Amino acid sequence: MGHTFAEKLLARNVGLAHVQPGQVIDATPDLVLSHDNTAAIIRTWRQLELSRVKHPERLAIVLDHAAPAPTTQHAQNHAEIRQFVAEQGIPHFFDIGRGICHQVLCEEGLIRPGMLVLGADSHSTHYGALGAFGAGIGRSEVAALWATGTLWLRVPESIKITVTGRLGEWVSAKDIGLYIIGQLGADAGNYASVELHGETIAQLSMESRFVLPNLMAEMGVKNAWLAPDRVTLEWVVAQNQNADPEFAAHFFAHAVYPDPDAPYAAEFTFDVTALEPQIACPHAVDNVVPISQVAGTRVHQAFIGTCTNARLEDLAVAARILRGRRVHADTRLLVIPASARVLRAALHEGYLDTLLAAGAIIGPPGCGPCMGNHLGVPAPGEVTISTANRNFRGRMGTREADIYLASPAVVAASAVTGRITHPAELE
Amino acid sequence: MRVSGKVWKYGDNVNTDVIFPGKYTYTLTEPAEMAAHALEDLDSTFATAVQPGDIIVAGRNWGCGSSREQAVICLKAAGVGAIIAVSFARIFCRNAINNGLPAIVCPAAVAALEHGEWAEVDLATAAIRSATRVFPFPPFPPSVQRILAEGGLIPYLKQLLAAERS
Repeated sequence: MGHTFAEKLLARNVGLAHVQPGQVIDATPDLVLSHDNTAAIIRTWRQLELSRVKHPERLAIVLDHAAPAPTTQHAQNHAEIRQFVAEQGIPHFFDIGRGICHQVLCEEGLIRPGMLVLGADSHSTHYGALGAFGAGIGRSEVAALWATGTLWLRVPESIKITVTGRLGEWVSAKDIGLYIIGQLGADAGNYASVELHGETIAQLSMESRFVLPNLMAEMGVKNAWLAPDRVTLEWVVAQNQNADPEFAAHFFAHAVYPDPDAPYAAEFTFDVTALEPQIACPHAVDNVVPISQVAGTRVHQAFIGTCTNARLEDLAVAARILRGRRVHADTRLLVIPASARVLRAALHEGYLDTLLAAGAIIGPPGCGPCMGNHLGVPAPGEVTISTANRNFRGRMGTREADIYLASPAVVAASAVTGRITHPAELE
Repeated sequence: MRVSGKVWKYGDNVNTDVIFPGKYTYTLTEPAEMAAHALEDLDSTFATAVQPGDIIVAGRNWGCGSSREQAVICLKAAGVGAIIAVSFARIFCRNAINNGLPAIVCPAAVAALEHGEWAEVDLATAAIRSATRVFPFPPFPPSVQRILAEGGLIPYLKQLLAAERS
């Protein structure tokens, strides 16, 4: 009997021939992520009365959640983190404006297939897009990892999801992800490792692939994995043009693939041939309907941003829709690129000019208003349509606001009409 | 370890944004301040009325969404002694154990316990008691019991590191 991706990767991590679902292991992550929450982690770590973190080169810290700092207190947090980074000699530090942590670590070539990455952020599942095992953990656990380098993990059961069929025009990876969550439910992947298989996944661009493991966090998964291939390598190499030539040669050296006869706790197949764009309605990510059921709903704000959907491809589709059009007079369109590189590339490609000509507001790379900190939080009674991954009550700052989640194409089209709109309707 | 108090009963898929809103995550740092906002966007009566030892009883997937540890810290600081649920979201469950707050899976107790009634959780005997009934639950693995007994991961680790030094 074969083994799943999660079983093979975790067994190798602890130097065992095999591990079984349910087994608890002391794992050694290759990389440990924290973001603005690093300030709180430092205070926790200080309680352990250690002078040095164990493996500074295995830590990555990105300031993105409230960046640039909206208040003096946020600025103090950032200052405390910068001081700690200098004191401990942490090489992988990315200050405000570099971008959203998950995007930045992938762009920087810090994530490679077969790595174990633990992060104090629930969307650390993101790293599965490059064939790594990415899982979210708590702040105390990161403090413990700074002290010891190891953490207990339960070997998860695995779920195999196969996606087949050809996507229609204006239908994207976001729609696939929302559809799967809507069909299976918010806890369908709880504690589990989800593997995404199938021709439809293999044919997605790298930028689209990132959407899926990121969004799978909303199904409760421990990690989500896509098979790394030539598309994966080409994207990472393109991001790291000055990298050591050995980087590409060794990129797949530690890649892990599930055995063909691996046992799964559950298997699902979805044919997306006739899929409409999908919308997650307030106030749950699994409250998903086809766009035809909510088309026409008034929106006050449209937001293209976050770790889910703010890459160059997402800005490109928004620019394509907004070219020669205007954002509706009663609607605001916020565009917050996922990283400084995305922002610069969008400038170079002319997308920013198109978006600005249409009346969009461009924000500095980072998480923006996703969790209600700053840069475009809604007023009570307002409706936002967003490319983010969460629409929980109060998520963007007030419990009296509705959030609909959709693809960048649908958000851009809705910004034009001021109502939830299928992009095909504008043609 | 034994806690008892009033049952606060909630439904399925209660997420960490309604337990502790994201807008406070980098500005409220003291547990007592966090407690004042516990469950703010789910039940506005909770933070002022909760008493030490009270027990949250919930449906499936309690604590889904963000990994923010304040979702556990605010409840513990508010006085919550234990949470009993049909299931927990995985990061919330880890955070609860790591902060010394028992997160107990017991669907039978969830089905039976009513909002406002008295209940007791006894970790030593792995049992939940109401005025009229007893619900056993599977005991925590020894490693988790050790963390809970020390009051959380950091106190536990502190002791381990001290033992290594001496």
